[in-house]
Amino acid sequence: MSLLALFISSIFVNNILLARFLGCCPFLGVSSQLETAKGMGVAVIFVTTFAAIMTWLAYTFILVPLGLEYLYTLAFILIIAALVQFVEIVLKKVMPGLYKSLGIFLPLITTNCAVLGVAVINMNEKYSLVASIVNAIGSSAGFLVAIVLMAGIREKIEMNAEMPRCVRGLPIALVTAGLMSIAFMGFNGLIK
Amino acid sequence: MINPLKIIKNGIVTENPTFVLVLGMCPTLAVTSSAINGLGMGLAATAVLIGSNVAVALLRKFIPDEIRIPAFIVVIAGFVTVVQLLISAYTPELNKSLGIFIPLIVVNCIILARAEAFAFKNGVAASAFDGIGMGLGFTAALILIGAIRELIGNGTIFGATILSPAFYQPALLAILAPGGFITLGILMALFRKRQIRKEEEANPNAKFDGWQQLDACGGCALKNICGGGTQAVVCAKEKKEAGK
Repeated sequence: MSLLALFISSIFVNNILLARFLGCCPFLGVSSQLETAKGMGVAVIFVTTFAAIMTWLAYTFILVPLGLEYLYTLAFILIIAALVQFVEIVLKKVMPGLYKSLGIFLPLITTNCAVLGVAVINMNEKYSLVASIVNAIGSSAGFLVAIVLMAGIREKIEMNAEMPRCVRGLPIALVTAGLMSIAFMGFNGLIK
Repeated sequence: MINPLKIIKNGIVTENPTFVLVLGMCPTLAVTSSAINGLGMGLAATAVLIGSNVAVALLRKFIPDEIRIPAFIVVIAGFVTVVQLLISAYTPELNKSLGIFIPLIVVNCIILARAEAFAFKNGVAASAFDGIGMGLGFTAALILIGAIRELIGNGTIFGATILSPAFYQPALLAILAPGGFITLGILMALFRKRQIRKEEEANPNAKFDGWQQLDACGGCALKNICGGGTQAVVCAKEKKEAGK
């Protein structure tokens, strides 16, 4: 698959949230306001891309030569946890402005399964380093698109006072996500 | 005193991790396209949960507070690797259908949340029962969602034909991605209807408008770490627990 096709498909066709079900917790938890949703989305792009590079390097140059492929779960989650801490410290020192807007989301991302999920997908699909980076950027851009769309919809529906009490909040958010997922299924024919 | 039955019931009904605590949504949505997948995922997560709860409870005196989260993650990742190797050795088919979601048990908030909220503060036996209860609650929820989706989407439950194709045209949508979101949304609404009714019976003067309570990750101790909810909800929950 060409890199462009991979990029487009990871944003739309295999949308990480709506088709692969990765990163649902922040998708449901942080999507009630547009501003926070944007911040979370950008932070996820940042971390997922770095994590994809680091885990690819660790897998190819450390785990495979040592024959320790089966330890990848342990290795990847440690790399991601350390990386998140590292990014947080560096951002705080070097780019305080960016840190102010993304900082609060960074610790949340360690347990976001989208980050680990992309790393594992890259490994399973045996992507090259470049393809891994493209897949990571595309997937996390798909996360941004989905969470921002969701937040926009939720801001509107939460004003509806007619809604039965038992569906307010999460249940209606889940049904909305289902309808969005149906819409995204329309992209299926985009990439052969 | 430890009451094992009470702890187990707490996990299955009172604090059901899926419908009440709203934890671990990704595997809940992703693997429940059939009842058998739900069962497999539930049991795998239960095994990890019991193992990590016991290990964390054993080590709780030695793990310094500041680095407890990384320590939990390492313990959990170890158990996940064990379970993953066992599944791929003994049930390769299940391994294939659960795929990427087996390694992702590591970041399942249920396991981390129980380590943080329960095992780190309680003894080994209580933590083991908490693991069993929470695990069974998760498994039951996955089987329920899986069975409904399989029935609507394929006319079968656990592979046995319930609705014959002669008179029932399966709605494929239910076992595709959108079906997962919609089924869970409807089930959660039903659970909340019961919960709101119970709360109002216990507390006739209170009015619940449905917005504030039960936000995403409602009962999760790690909410401020893993991304759900707002500070106000966390504080309200903590106050409530302190008052008990």
